[in-house]
Amino acid sequence: MKIRTFTCMAATAFALAAATAAAAQSSPPPPSTADADGAFAGRGQFGETTGEKIFSRVCAACHMPDAKGAVGAGAYPALAANKKLAVSGYPAYVVVHGLNGMPPIGSMMSDQQVADVVNYVRTHFGNKYKDVVAASDIKALR
Amino acid sequence: MPPGEVVETGGIAHAIQVMTENIVPPISKRELLALIGRTAGASAMYMAMSSFGQAQASNFKAPIKLDGDPKGTSVLILGAGVAGATSALELSRAGYKVQVLEYNDHVGGRSWTLKGGDTFTELGGATQHCQFAPGNYINPGPWRIPWHHHGLIHYCHELGVALEPFMQVNYNAYVHDTKKFGGKPQRYRHIQADYYGHVGELLAKAVNKGALTDTLTKEDGEILLESLRSWGALDKNFRYVKGRESSGRRGWDKEPGGGLSAVPIPSEPMSVETVLQSGMWRTIGGNLSWDHEFTIFQPVGGMINVGKGFERAIGHLVRLNSKVTAIRQGDKGVTVDYVDTKTGAKMTASADYCICTIPLPILAQIEMNVGAELAAAIRAVPYSTSVKVGLEFKRRFWEQDEQIYGGITSTDLPIGSISYPSSNYGATGPGVLLGAYSGGAAGYELTALPPDQRVAKALEWGSQIHPQYKEEFMNGVAVGWHRVPWVLGCFGTWTEESRAQHYTNLCKMDGRIMLAGEHASYYGGWQEGGITSAIDAIGRLHQHVLAS
Repeated sequence: MKIRTFTCMAATAFALAAATAAAAQSSPPPPSTADADGAFAGRGQFGETTGEKIFSRVCAACHMPDAKGAVGAGAYPALAANKKLAVSGYPAYVVVHGLNGMPPIGSMMSDQQVADVVNYVRTHFGNKYKDVVAASDIKALR
Repeated sequence: MPPGEVVETGGIAHAIQVMTENIVPPISKRELLALIGRTAGASAMYMAMSSFGQAQASNFKAPIKLDGDPKGTSVLILGAGVAGATSALELSRAGYKVQVLEYNDHVGGRSWTLKGGDTFTELGGATQHCQFAPGNYINPGPWRIPWHHHGLIHYCHELGVALEPFMQVNYNAYVHDTKKFGGKPQRYRHIQADYYGHVGELLAKAVNKGALTDTLTKEDGEILLESLRSWGALDKNFRYVKGRESSGRRGWDKEPGGGLSAVPIPSEPMSVETVLQSGMWRTIGGNLSWDHEFTIFQPVGGMINVGKGFERAIGHLVRLNSKVTAIRQGDKGVTVDYVDTKTGAKMTASADYCICTIPLPILAQIEMNVGAELAAAIRAVPYSTSVKVGLEFKRRFWEQDEQIYGGITSTDLPIGSISYPSSNYGATGPGVLLGAYSGGAAGYELTALPPDQRVAKALEWGSQIHPQYKEEFMNGVAVGWHRVPWVLGCFGTWTEESRAQHYTNLCKMDGRIMLAGEHASYYGGWQEGGITSAIDAIGRLHQHVLAS
């Protein structure tokens, strides 16, 4: 395992994106590895476009598809029926900045994507919080 | 780069190299180091020292000697990865009473191998039964050992863990980009030869035009020209063109033979524009890095053999299947609550001191009475994502069809790379390659899929590089490190800010507790970090014990 993977990947992704933008004037768009949900669109940025897709294709890696978390030597907390989600700023902050071992995964999401996934989780899996987070709220958190 | 922008590591190292080579009038190395220290900070100075060969490759200099009688002092070690195992080995040798608690059913931690007959149950409950043929395996975690990881290599030698070369660079493997060359993989040799050749020619032109006369004397310019001819495979006119010199690097259209059909036919280099615009020169720099330069090793038979080596030495001190639930310290010692994961029995262990190597995402969830600074440090280190997929095929088509013997193909596909086995070349029967080593966004997205779908995706993407995939595939295994129950991620990731704020607090002794592991090192993600942090920790513990 190497330590600089992220830096290298981010730099590469940026350079490739720049090169692609430059080439876009004259040639057709390159084939994409993205699937129907927008997953696998790139290494440095999530491509999923709805809260449901971001949850099922990204967050479920740890919090599990049913949002009930998992337990091993340590645990991933359940997001299902989670009272800590009552104040929207809390999950938004955690997605943007990380918590304990959880990486600041929102760094690879747009403000809108973070807002979408927070709103989705706060209205599903037994959570019934009606207030909505906007992209501008996320921008203020970064 | 605009002024004031942060210079990344490679940039500083490069700048220092340029400085050391170009400074006129001559300046002593000591003066230069002082200058660098003042202007660029300690880390830059350390890098400059490394380039002079004055800094140690790792802080492991020689086997640790813990002289002096610990007078029966006891130490409880949490975790039997390389950090915990090293601590147990050296402390028990020095006369300490040692007990180790380990969550898994074996010693080694992330020094781990999946081979035929192994099973792995990830968080969420999915269980994979590895079906590889005998001799085939993947290392889901660390898989290579640079020559300068002196600590790990020392213990491999001492513990009877055989090492063999890891084929980091294979000129005949591919560089692949879905958006370049119509998605057709390019041989690494062609990219490197043509990149070096064209850069050499361009620089030779600059010298001949007098563009460097303000930097180089006429004599040094001539030396540079000769060096460029050698480095770039230029012809007698300092040109990189189709011919004997360039084909001596990039290979021939028709290779030299014997007899009447012996005459070789040179190959046509790519144009300079093609090479530059391909972006594929990026792969060269990674292989030149200190972390990946030759000689680089792997344990014969898989990284699990590092764990087995330690198990032979300290296995009798380890209690397996023990899940730590609380760590409490007081004036007289440390008490740890744990649960036997097989029987559910609640147990307690006590000792005078505790070396804790539990990965931080897990430790952050364990009840523990430490100071606020250490508690904050434990919560300050996010763990990276990483996914590896092993694919078994009916035959080693990469060797048989494409003459690729070990090494790594890099790609912009979400699989990141394909790595071919660095052993048993020419074997008939099934072969296993590493079909994905992925991180970043794709790492999370692969982890979120069930294991069989991760394998299917690696197969689908990899077949763009090796069309034989679909015909030859047999079975596969896929490990997403965020689903590994005993780490919750791959390794700790520090930023400059988090290091400045928390690193010292993470490493220093808190009452009777000290942390060790790759997370408590500047070797994030490498086993050498675990070993050097353990040696540093037990050295400080021993001094404390002798002084108290």
